[in-house]
Amino acid sequence: MTRVNRRQFSTLLGAGAASLSLPYYARAQAKPRVVVIGGGAGGATAARYIAKDSEGAIDVTLIDDSETFTTCFFSNLYLGGFRDFGSITHGYDKLQSDYGITKVTGMATGVDRGAKTVTMADGATIPYDRLVVSPGIDLIWDSIEGYSEEAAQIAPHAWKAGPQTQLLKEKLDAVSNGQQIVMVAPPNPYRCPPGPYERISMMAHVLKSKGVDAKIIVLDPKEKFSKQGLFQEGWEKHYPGMVEWYGPDVHGGIKSVDVAAGTVETDLDTFKGDLLNIIPAQKAGMIAAAAGLTDDSGFCPIDATSMRSTVDENIFVIGDASIAGAMPKSGFSANSQAKVAAMNIRGELISSKVFPAKYSNTCWSLIETDDGVKVGAQYAPSEGKIASTSSFISQTGEDAAVRKATYEESIGWYAGITADMFG
Amino acid sequence: MPTRTTVRMTVFSMLLAAGMGVATATSPAPANAQQMANAQQTAAEPDPAGERLFRACKSCHEVGANAKHKVGPHLDGVIGRIAGSLEDFRYSKAMRAAGEGGLAWSEENLHAYLAKPRDFIPGNRMSYRGMASAEDRTTLITWLANVSAAAPAENPVSEQTSAIPGFSEALLEVEGDPEYGEYLAGECVTCHQPTGHVEGIPSIVGLPRDYFIRSLFEYKNNIRSNEVMKLRVGNLSNEEIAALAAYFGSLEPQ
Ligand SMILES: Cc1cc2nc3c(=O)[nH]c(=O)nc-3n(C[C@H](O)[C@H](O)[C@H](O)COP(=O)(O)OP(=O)(O)OC[C@H]3O[C@@H](n4cnc5c(N)ncnc54)[C@H](O)[C@@H]3O)c2cc1C
Ligand code: HEC
Ligand code: HEC
Repeated sequence: MTRVNRRQFSTLLGAGAASLSLPYYARAQAKPRVVVIGGGAGGATAARYIAKDSEGAIDVTLIDDSETFTTCFFSNLYLGGFRDFGSITHGYDKLQSDYGITKVTGMATGVDRGAKTVTMADGATIPYDRLVVSPGIDLIWDSIEGYSEEAAQIAPHAWKAGPQTQLLKEKLDAVSNGQQIVMVAPPNPYRCPPGPYERISMMAHVLKSKGVDAKIIVLDPKEKFSKQGLFQEGWEKHYPGMVEWYGPDVHGGIKSVDVAAGTVETDLDTFKGDLLNIIPAQKAGMIAAAAGLTDDSGFCPIDATSMRSTVDENIFVIGDASIAGAMPKSGFSANSQAKVAAMNIRGELISSKVFPAKYSNTCWSLIETDDGVKVGAQYAPSEGKIASTSSFISQTGEDAAVRKATYEESIGWYAGITADMFG
Repeated sequence: MPTRTTVRMTVFSMLLAAGMGVATATSPAPANAQQMANAQQTAAEPDPAGERLFRACKSCHEVGANAKHKVGPHLDGVIGRIAGSLEDFRYSKAMRAAGEGGLAWSEENLHAYLAKPRDFIPGNRMSYRGMASAEDRTTLITWLANVSAAAPAENPVSEQTSAIPGFSEALLEVEGDPEYGEYLAGECVTCHQPTGHVEGIPSIVGLPRDYFIRSLFEYKNNIRSNEVMKLRVGNLSNEEIAALAAYFGSLEPQ
């Protein structure tokens, strides 16, 4: 259901209709229009940067299906009790009041690339000169037999933040002595490579701090995972004996899940969990495929120097939905890519300066109170791909002061990136 | 069409309005009088526990012989120092105002400040969340009083430029392109808020130009060790550093 403020909506339609019927010279003078699909890490940043830096010369419309945005980043800290839900939920008010962005609340269901319009679920169409697509991911429900959107009401994925995250927290807080949590980790590529393992840490933190004697079993389709050495060292140190991680060489393959029975079947054995957290395989948000922007991988190929879709020159794809070479799918990456796309779009529409693309990422993870770790890299286009130019990762055995400083840095980053997205 | 306001103006006036006032009548978590007394008596022997607690400060402060300014001012002779009073350190307005308003670093005031830096002096630039335990604060302050009194810096130099490879005074003269700086800054503002708001990461808005450039060279050359900064600065050219300095220098400090 699309909820558009009536005044905004008629302005929108009015603007669209008028520009079609006006003579050429008048049309040429009309402000160029940028539409952004998805008001998350990529989309909100792109909309804000285009509006901010063009100082009113470009008309920006931001489409998101929700009135507020709950960040996946720091949602694990919410599970761990380090953050409340309100503190990871943000509104679009400032983007509208301070930056003049038009926010349209509703689901975009299609893109007519010939007519250059976005179609909304309620049938409304929104015209664009340039389109930014940042819809994040959709889950591939049938990548695990027995899992589905309904099953997620019992065995949450919580890989899109919101009610799913709250459901998982409720269930986590209810785990009691002698019970067991089973997580099925996702196969590559997925958003936030260290995310599942930070989540395990936060689950263990909750159990430990309440003195609940319970186990966490992780069934992973991958042979290794991000920051593995750091996480395993941390689990050993803070939660000895609590976390058991099984890669494919142990479980032999994840076959199916039965959420009613609370079981996950693998080649090795059937695992029983009082709480199941199932994170399935992922693909670009549905609108990307609907617009014909995806390739066989389910994600969108882009030009590494600009984030422009290789399929359509008027469309830029950023964030999780894009195939961004060596960059991981993260909020930091999406924010960084948004700035490159925004600069290129401004350059094309209002001839502002365009500088060579540079990208960066850092992902922090919290293992236990004041024990933060990080991994980061810089990227630049190279031979048609986004390639890493330098990188670092926290070391095992670092002293407590360094880990605490790392955690505090992540708090600073969260405040910074959300201000950078929402004003 | 919605009207577009000049955003920066709005943000800044809000910041200005948002009270740079100094909490005056803050009552420090009452430090145990006996502990304070003990503190005075044992001032001869630096307590290793104090040194351990100082690790929380070390990434930003130096103390002892030849202590220099880092992210924060050196702490030699800090007990009794008027807040925000070192000539060659760029304090926040809030810190300077506190000193001008009569705040000096007695042990008692340090107690209150270190417990909750942001509550004690709203708007000050120290991004340290605070030390919760009053006992730890006492141990640290005692140690600090001891060490800082033992070695007052004769001639506090903020940086020794000759020690930084690749850095020369001439670099400070390179003209930066603020427009390029603004683009490059896109990468920085994910962590350093352009409003100067501080939360866990120091503000870089309104830093003196030479301090700004020097600190980037210090990350580049491993004199400062923070990994995220070393990564960001590692392959910046001199022109890019100058451009960033020009851009951040054009923003209004808090
Ligand atoms: C548990 C977890 C922890 C994470 N932790 C971190 C972290 O610490 N650091 C980090 O950098 N990243 C982290 N991430 C990853 C980060 O959340 C994503 O990579 C990032 O949000 C991607 O940005 P995006 O713009 O591509 O998509 P999103 O931020 O997901 O935004 C997409 C938005 O578009 C909306 N939308 C989609 N399709 C449509 C449509 N057709 N019509 C209208 N609206 C639509 C969606 O509802 C959503 O609001 C984490 C992720 C998870 C799951
Ligand atoms: C992240 C960096 C950082 C950390 C960590 C930090 N400080 Fe600071 N500190 C600063 C900065 C920056 C200032 C200047 C604040 C201003 O100007 O508003 C400052 C100011 C001070 C002052 C006032 C000095 C003066 O000249 O007025 C004292 C005292 C102080 N810090 C003590 C400490 C102690 C003790 C610790 C450890 C418990 C600590 N700081 C941790 C950055 C830091
Ligand atoms: C990933 C987060 C992050 C990014 C991105 C980042 N910084 Fe930093 N920056 C930090 C942290 C954390 C510190 C404090 C480090 C320390 O303790 O030495 C810092 C310190 C600094 C300082 C020293 C401040 C002082 O008071 O001494 C400067 C200058 C600086 N950064 C500039 C930049 C510039 C310019 C960029 C962009 C090119 C940038 N930073 C990008 C996190 C970041």
